[in-house]
Amino acid sequence: MRATALMAVNMFRESVRDKVLYNLVLFAVLLIGATYLIGQLTAGQDIKIIKDLGLAATSVFGVFIAVFIGIGLVSKEVERRSIYALLAKPIERHQIVLGKYLGLVGTLAVNLSVMAAALYVVLAYMRWLSSEDTIKALEAPALDPAMLKAIALIFVELAIITAIALFFSTFSTPILSATLTFGLFVAGHFSADLRNFDQVVDSPAAVRLARALYWVLPNLASFDVKAQVVHGQHVSAAYMALTIAYGAAYIAALLIAAMVIFSRRDFK
Amino acid sequence: MTGLGRIAVGVVTIGLLMVAAIELQRIRDRSFPVRPVEDDSLYVTSPTSARRMALAYGAVAADLYWIRALQYFGGTRRMVEAGQTITDPNRRRYAALFPLLDLTTSLDPRFNVAYRFGSIFLAEPAPRGPARPDLAIALLMKGLAERPDRWEYMQDIGFVHYWWRQDYKAAADWFQRASEVPGAPWWLKSLAATTLAQGGDRQSSRVMWEAIRQSAEIDWLRDDADRYLAQLRALDEIDAFQAIVNRVASQSAQPVLDWRPVMRAAGWRTSPIDPAGTPYEIDQRGRVQVSRSSPLWPMPAEPPRIDMAPPPA
Repeated sequence: MRATALMAVNMFRESVRDKVLYNLVLFAVLLIGATYLIGQLTAGQDIKIIKDLGLAATSVFGVFIAVFIGIGLVSKEVERRSIYALLAKPIERHQIVLGKYLGLVGTLAVNLSVMAAALYVVLAYMRWLSSEDTIKALEAPALDPAMLKAIALIFVELAIITAIALFFSTFSTPILSATLTFGLFVAGHFSADLRNFDQVVDSPAAVRLARALYWVLPNLASFDVKAQVVHGQHVSAAYMALTIAYGAAYIAALLIAAMVIFSRRDFK
Repeated sequence: MTGLGRIAVGVVTIGLLMVAAIELQRIRDRSFPVRPVEDDSLYVTSPTSARRMALAYGAVAADLYWIRALQYFGGTRRMVEAGQTITDPNRRRYAALFPLLDLTTSLDPRFNVAYRFGSIFLAEPAPRGPARPDLAIALLMKGLAERPDRWEYMQDIGFVHYWWRQDYKAAADWFQRASEVPGAPWWLKSLAATTLAQGGDRQSSRVMWEAIRQSAEIDWLRDDADRYLAQLRALDEIDAFQAIVNRVASQSAQPVLDWRPVMRAAGWRTSPIDPAGTPYEIDQRGRVQVSRSSPLWPMPAEPPRIDMAPPPA
């Protein structure tokens, strides 16, 4: 347990050393720039658009970090040959995988927390600038705490993407891992099409295959409640709990698979 | 040279090169002027494809299309108002406006303002708009399919029938339907009754614009309603002042071409001003009118009826 925690802390430090947190500056510049420009372009929809943009940017930045850092979690150690030094230490292989995963997820958590705080600060400023009539007409309050639900589900989605990247990283090259992870990210947002495949084709075999893929591939579309939250629609606690539990189960499966592959891998 | 000196030389060199690059660009732009971008391409025309391509970022894509729709409508209208010649017939007809709004509302089906604002843009008569009340109604119907509880969309459909199609029966029907939606304001019922009884007169127009002002969700729409209400007030005032001008003209047996004889006869110290604070004018035929410099100009002669059939290409 202690070894895993140490690996996680080291991974977090490494990502900070790799200047991963610089993306926060970019995020802040994007939001501040958007705040200035959007007010002049959107005919009174500034708060809605800042919410859309802030939540989408949170997700996009997170996906890039999860994929590009995630694919190097193991393969980088192998390439640099530092894996040998690591394996010589009193640490199990599965602890390396788990520690690296938790370290990157920790980095993502810090990232998302800072981004969420920045988004709320910008929204508070926009609210201060808006007239009472504009505020009254909003579908959801400017500083709606429900946005945290969208951010929480973005975090779980990023944790899944990190687990996918780590899984591929245990046996594949970084380029192939990135391609496969992005592929699954895109496919994960088309799950509704896979489920309703019977409406577009007649072949029972194709329908069964699509249905199987629907159950096996990560259903990432269900983690997207950004639009509902921005429009003030209720996202129930039951939905949140089920979706987070689904994410946790999927992550656990991927991590176990990654640990098994990494444990059996021959580094000679 | 010391380390600090080298850094200073580097910074100065970079600065000089940047200044040179900017200056060269300025000279090039002056010598070979850059043509303004008049690209109306939509790139993605199918709402279904756009929705798929947007993945989890449909709302942001909708925002971008919304901004583009605003720019397209506003830019074209500004060119018309500035008297510029628009060579592209599609641009003259605002042909890309509906597809842009359709994409916006497909990517974010709950984008309330896109339905309400978009329908206003689409119904505007040519050349200040595409003169397509049919598409305005289609857009609002799409919104109603998504949100059957939005009485505002029904009110807006009624408004299009009233103002642009002058079909007061259809307008009254929609106001009535809107009034029956739970949570709809009480005045919709009286709006329906007034429209049915006296549709088209100035008083019912005033009631309708008051209703729109009350339900407006954005400042622009509220300001627009305020402007229309001020114009209706100005129309009442013009009628009153015209009667005075006509009386002075008949008493003096001379045409009244400015306010001086009227002010003398009526004992006024200044000429009358419109609701926006600009003095009214009297034209060469003795007619009282709003000044061209007034924010209320041009005044709405009751708008021409626009048929539901699209205008010729």
